[in-house]
Amino acid sequence: MNPLAITDYTITTALGAGLQANWSRVTAGQSGLRSIDFLDIDDIRTWAGAVAGVDDVVLPPGLESFDCRNNRLAWLALQQDGFRAAAAAAAERYGPERVAVFMGTSTAGIHQTELAYRELDPVTGALPDWYQYPGTHNSYSIAEFTRLALGVSGISSAISTACSSSAKVFASAWRALACGWCDAAVVGGVDSLCLTTLYGFNALQLVSPEPCRPCAPSRSGISIGEAAGFALLQRDPGSSRYALLGYGESSDAYHMSSPHPEGDGAYLAMQAALQQAGIDAAEVDYINLHGTGTPANDAAECCAVTRLFGGDVACSSTKGWTGHTLGAAGIVEAVLCLQSLEHGLAPQTLNTVELDPALGANVLLAPKHAALQVVLSNSFGFGGSNCSLLLGTRP
Amino acid sequence: MTRVFVESVGLFAPGLESWAAGREVLSGRSRYCLEPLSKYRPEGLPPNERRRATEVVRLAFGACEDAIGQRIEQAAALASVFAASGGDFKVNDQLCRVLASKQRMVSPTQFHNSVHNAAAGYWSISTHSKAPSVSLSAFDYSVAAGLLEAAALVAVEGWQTLLVLYDNSVGWPMQGKRDVGQPFSAALWLTPQRSAESLARIDIALVPTGCRETVSANLELEALRCTNPAARAIPLLELLAARCDGEVGLTTAGGQGLLLTVAAC
Repeated sequence: MNPLAITDYTITTALGAGLQANWSRVTAGQSGLRSIDFLDIDDIRTWAGAVAGVDDVVLPPGLESFDCRNNRLAWLALQQDGFRAAAAAAAERYGPERVAVFMGTSTAGIHQTELAYRELDPVTGALPDWYQYPGTHNSYSIAEFTRLALGVSGISSAISTACSSSAKVFASAWRALACGWCDAAVVGGVDSLCLTTLYGFNALQLVSPEPCRPCAPSRSGISIGEAAGFALLQRDPGSSRYALLGYGESSDAYHMSSPHPEGDGAYLAMQAALQQAGIDAAEVDYINLHGTGTPANDAAECCAVTRLFGGDVACSSTKGWTGHTLGAAGIVEAVLCLQSLEHGLAPQTLNTVELDPALGANVLLAPKHAALQVVLSNSFGFGGSNCSLLLGTRP
Repeated sequence: MTRVFVESVGLFAPGLESWAAGREVLSGRSRYCLEPLSKYRPEGLPPNERRRATEVVRLAFGACEDAIGQRIEQAAALASVFAASGGDFKVNDQLCRVLASKQRMVSPTQFHNSVHNAAAGYWSISTHSKAPSVSLSAFDYSVAAGLLEAAALVAVEGWQTLLVLYDNSVGWPMQGKRDVGQPFSAALWLTPQRSAESLARIDIALVPTGCRETVSANLELEALRCTNPAARAIPLLELLAARCDGEVGLTTAGGQGLLLTVAAC
């Protein structure tokens, strides 16, 4: 299959709602991370990338049963950059049944369940009446919400492979288009702050007490963020400038919550993306690293990068701006890569002032202005699930 | 139209604890007898992972290991699709109880077990498969979504793919909001080409106007099909068990039909 045109895209992160709000703060070097202020948490010392205004979002009429933080964040993001209009135009053009929806999430609206458990009936132990499972906690809720909010009826699923989820949606959409099951696909990812991930990563001792500093010698873990992002992929490229050139997926087959030490799975995913696109490693201009800021991830990933690309290719992690947005990281970083292509700017690794000399990769500590043609975005998740996306200007 | 071949089938559900036994029931040669599901012991997992594997992971493994049988070496070359309507309800219940308490002492093992791709992660460790793996949900329509995803991996990328369809029962209090009845797990080893072992060929077509969902003529199996979303695979499994040609209709989440034309090999 030829490169797959990406005609429209948007992200909403701790940096703001929409492309411009995000990119202006990337270029200004302003982080979206703040000392955590979420619900009643007072026993975790960390920084988080919270999106402003999520609590005030009201879902559209008819979709009230989807009301939860995750879908409010999704709805906020869908208002940006003309995305709803673009999806409507695709539905008009191809027919609503020919527009597929693939959404990535790790925890969907699990926060709604966390809140409901605070109100269990003292006698029966029942969940409160207001609580509804299918439109909130269930993984598929975000895909069904997106499908209904955009008025399309193509094939749909929620991909939930932890932190690679919303990178893998691009692969699923590519395959669905190749099979002829759709003519366009809305892909994306949404994950929102919740107690499960904050306390869960804290229990694994992977949460940093300060803003995350990927690839620094003294890096101390992740800063958790929340985000929503969407992209529209179409059979007919129209005048779009950017495309998915290839993707690679792999499994570590190593450990449930630690990456393979030499990044074997990461290597396979990046290699598969290059192979599918028919692009040589030397042609890649920039890599947006998964770069979480944990000692193990950054070491394993940089090991894989230098094995495949050598030590010259410019790399950086953008998690110092957005935090690790987990199931939304794939779409957020794919869209930041498209912004890099558009603006000819490979961002620095924000918050990191000194590089771990053991890593060997060319991790940017200052922004690099250069014409970019081909960029790679990495996303790796628990369970050893890896996905790399190769993005570029359309040939 | 997208074509795949079924290399083998695995089954792990109450009264259907293996394909060898279950196909006798599914083909109508013996009566269905509902019995509590045994606790499955995943054979291929290293001791540490086996100890940590939850009920949902064991449920999925019951079907996966049954489908692979003695051909363990080949499992490393298989891609996989794990389709489950919901996550691990028992783990989520325990996490939510802890998170609603004063001391929010979350178990790190429970946290990593709570991800939707837990079974897929354990399976890749067990088989040493570094191939692509997709874990997905389409709520009650997860069988159709899983079939589409697996068929696409087979047809577009040429992967032999293990499709795993599984959903565990739900405990109180979530049961008051979501009930899936009995646990159910099935696995289909799908290949791009016919082999000497192939059981059947399946041609998959989308029907935009929708199609009638095929039901089971066996009332007990039909009850299973109507309650557990993974058990919507039963009409397909019945055809495979009887080694018969036929059609199976499924519905996708958006209301389109998925027509499976099955031809025994």
